[in-house]
Amino acid sequence: MSINMTIIGQIISFTIFVWICMKFVWPPLTAALAERQKKIAEGLDAADKAARDLEAAQQSVEAELQKSKAQAAELIEQANKRANQIVDEAKTAAQSEGDRIKAAAQAEIEQEVNRAKEALRAQVATLAVAGAEKILGASVDMNNHQELVDKLAAEL
Amino acid sequence: MASDTMTSSYYITHHLTNLTYGNHPEMGWKFAANGQEAQEMGFMAINVDSMLWSVGLGIFFLWLFAKVAKNATTGVPGGAQNFIEMIVEFVDENVKSVFHHKNSMIAPMSLTIFVWVFLMNLMDLIPVDWIPHATYLMGIPYMKIVPSTDLNVTLGMSVAVFVLIIFYSIQQKGIGGFMAELSLQPLGKWALPFNLFLELVGLLAKPISLALRLFGNMYAGEMIFILIALLPFWAQWLLSVPWALFHILVITLQAFIFMVLSIVYLAMAHDHH
Repeated sequence: MSINMTIIGQIISFTIFVWICMKFVWPPLTAALAERQKKIAEGLDAADKAARDLEAAQQSVEAELQKSKAQAAELIEQANKRANQIVDEAKTAAQSEGDRIKAAAQAEIEQEVNRAKEALRAQVATLAVAGAEKILGASVDMNNHQELVDKLAAEL
Repeated sequence: MASDTMTSSYYITHHLTNLTYGNHPEMGWKFAANGQEAQEMGFMAINVDSMLWSVGLGIFFLWLFAKVAKNATTGVPGGAQNFIEMIVEFVDENVKSVFHHKNSMIAPMSLTIFVWVFLMNLMDLIPVDWIPHATYLMGIPYMKIVPSTDLNVTLGMSVAVFVLIIFYSIQQKGIGGFMAELSLQPLGKWALPFNLFLELVGLLAKPISLALRLFGNMYAGEMIFILIALLPFWAQWLLSVPWALFHILVITLQAFIFMVLSIVYLAMAHDHH
């Protein structure tokens, strides 16, 4: 085992290899590593941002939902109130219409009764004259006894 | 491959001898026929197998990583990219936890050290006879396939790191600052020679310990694989399997230690006292 020129050869090859490694191997590899590191960091940032956005969106959705729920409740209440009102109005209208119809019917009935009474009076007068003629055996002069008959009819 | 025709010591020596090409004082430039001739060649020789495997694995590392880097997507990574990115992030984290200065060289250097040393150590897990025996049949007498069991290789890397330590020390603190750091502590200016001696020893110990630690671990591991291979073939798995499993830990740990210590040393070179 002796030292010889191999040591010089090894020094030269070592120097050349280190130089090549420094020139052509190390920079692209570390550049790729750094680039990927940056990419990953950006990706993580984006993911964080997306998560925050999602949370914000969920919150606004929640708020919106609450608002529309409240609105819907208000609308329903209004509608209920309006419906009650309409029912009340309809009741009142029906009541008054009923009263009116009833009153009209009553008036007509009264009228009818009066007309019937009149007719009956007239017929009673005729019947009374006829009866009296039969009883008296003679005709009653309508003209002479008109006043009497009318008086009778009015008394009926 | 402990056949009857070769002795155990020959087998071990054979496995621990590099394929060396060099200038022999008597026979000129040639491949060393044995360890003895390689010794005689002295410094003017090169371990061809160490260089081939080490450079080959370095190119494999760069090819693999560059291929992934070229197609690197910033989206969802595929299997290969995921694996490569895991290693890159692991190295980057280690660098960031130790090295707090601005220097675009440290991290790629650490990645190169970690993966390259790991791949060189990984060759240790290929059964010791496969490749040497194959090349032996092809007429190549020696083939040590684990470059990190060659002291030249580990020392080469640690010396390169050492040069960087000196360079950045001077760049960051100036010649004067660096000299002051070496000579004015720990005992103050009245013990200057003592300080200088202490600091120089400390400074030189850095590359030497770095190289010897890796070399020693891998050499010892390889040695044990070779010794296990000397057992009868039906008994080898009993020891080689547990040792290989344990060795997976060792090779990763040694690659990691080499990387971390290099970062620490360079961070110290940048620190002002």
